[in-house]
Amino acid sequence: MFGILRAYILIALWQARPGLAGYDVAQAVTFCFVTQAFIGPMQLFGGGLAIPQRIRSGDIALDLVRPAPLQLWTLAEDLGRAGYLLLVRGIPPMLVGAALFGIVVPDGPGRWAGLLAGLLLGVITSFGWRYLVALSACWLADDRGVNIASTVLTTFLSGLVLPLTIFPGWLGDVARVLPWAAMAQAPADLYLGTAPVLDTLAFQAFWAAALLALGALGTRAIRHKVVIQGG
Amino acid sequence: MVRTYLLLAWTWTRAAAAYPASFALLLALGCATAALDLAAILIIFANTTSLGGFTREEVLFLYGTAGIAFTLTDLLFSNLDRVSAHIRDGTLDTFLIRPVNAWIQIATDRFVPARIGRVLQAAAALGYALAALDLDPRRLWMVPVMILSGVVIFTSLWTLAAALQFALVDAPEVSSAFTYGSAQLAQYPFSVYGRELVRGVTYVLPLAFINWQPGLYALGRDDPFGTPGFMRFLGPVAALVLALLAALAWRQGLRRYRSTGS
Repeated sequence: MFGILRAYILIALWQARPGLAGYDVAQAVTFCFVTQAFIGPMQLFGGGLAIPQRIRSGDIALDLVRPAPLQLWTLAEDLGRAGYLLLVRGIPPMLVGAALFGIVVPDGPGRWAGLLAGLLLGVITSFGWRYLVALSACWLADDRGVNIASTVLTTFLSGLVLPLTIFPGWLGDVARVLPWAAMAQAPADLYLGTAPVLDTLAFQAFWAAALLALGALGTRAIRHKVVIQGG
Repeated sequence: MVRTYLLLAWTWTRAAAAYPASFALLLALGCATAALDLAAILIIFANTTSLGGFTREEVLFLYGTAGIAFTLTDLLFSNLDRVSAHIRDGTLDTFLIRPVNAWIQIATDRFVPARIGRVLQAAAALGYALAALDLDPRRLWMVPVMILSGVVIFTSLWTLAAALQFALVDAPEVSSAFTYGSAQLAQYPFSVYGRELVRGVTYVLPLAFINWQPGLYALGRDDPFGTPGFMRFLGPVAALVLALLAALAWRQGLRRYRSTGS
């Protein structure tokens, strides 16, 4: 529903400015439905992790004494969920887009391989960000405010609202290098073949690694925090 | 009815005022969320001077009028969308045995006064558009009329969606696609949408009368789809018809309701 409205708006914009940002109309429409398909696997509306709930109930103490690292184990859970959601929530919007407007499909195994790698890195980046947001519940107790702020940042700066490539001036320059760009804009560009594959993957890998590292630091910090709370 | 509504809403406002920091945070975050749609419009017009034949100020006028109608409804009645949760939990029974209209009780249940921030944000956008557009002053009477009929249309949609929950039981997504989708639709000139979609939202579900048809009159523009001129004034009629249908559906829904009981 929202994808269709967004597609109409993008079509109108690209009719007024053909070739804007290097996309043609068909690519702009495809961008719209591809990013729509990412909402589920990348959890662009936030949440998806059980950690805040478990911090509030105190169950997190149990999770921390388990002989498996909390971060990797949550990541494994999240990757599985993302794979499932990619099939269940990702394919229907693409079919709707193909039926109503027609979309372009990547050609050649190279593009598909790049896309798959980009999807994986995108999910890891998204997980890295949501993991940090979830850990903040340990200090704030109530995670609702942070969640809303995170959703606003993610929907706007991932390219879900509008392609980051048409953001004007410094806003565009900043938005395109922030981690959220790795969650929707980058994999969508890999799908469309409108960005250099290796550079895009390197960009995503950088943010995935950076956010995971921060998450590892955060996990260490809450270990101390929880000891105090549990005492 | 109005007195009961005010009394209940005031009770929740006083409850919310007990946590001023939380209130301020909700107000700010609500504004930020609502500002996303506005930012999208501004970014689009950083790339082009006209969208579907309408200028930036004209689109902001449409955004502002639809926005005020939608956010006012959201502030005053949107808690109706929690009726599916009430049905599932069996808490609807509590509303039904109290000596006050159930619709009013559900609409005011957990009234969130912080949503006023979004109304102000939409009003600011409309104020800017009106100042920049220099519209024909003899046509400005249409602005309050269209906002009022917009509120009635949105409220009816919410009531219809809530009534639908009695039949569907557990599908709140269906009704939110319906209500939030219409709000999203009305933010842009209908000339960007496909002809079939516009026909559907004019003659089947009267969303075109929230701000598109009356807005064309206020802006002094012809309909790019070529509908006759008298349709610009049908907003209040459409709102009334939809409100009657919604009231009927709501009563039918309540009559069908079977408590989950235990």
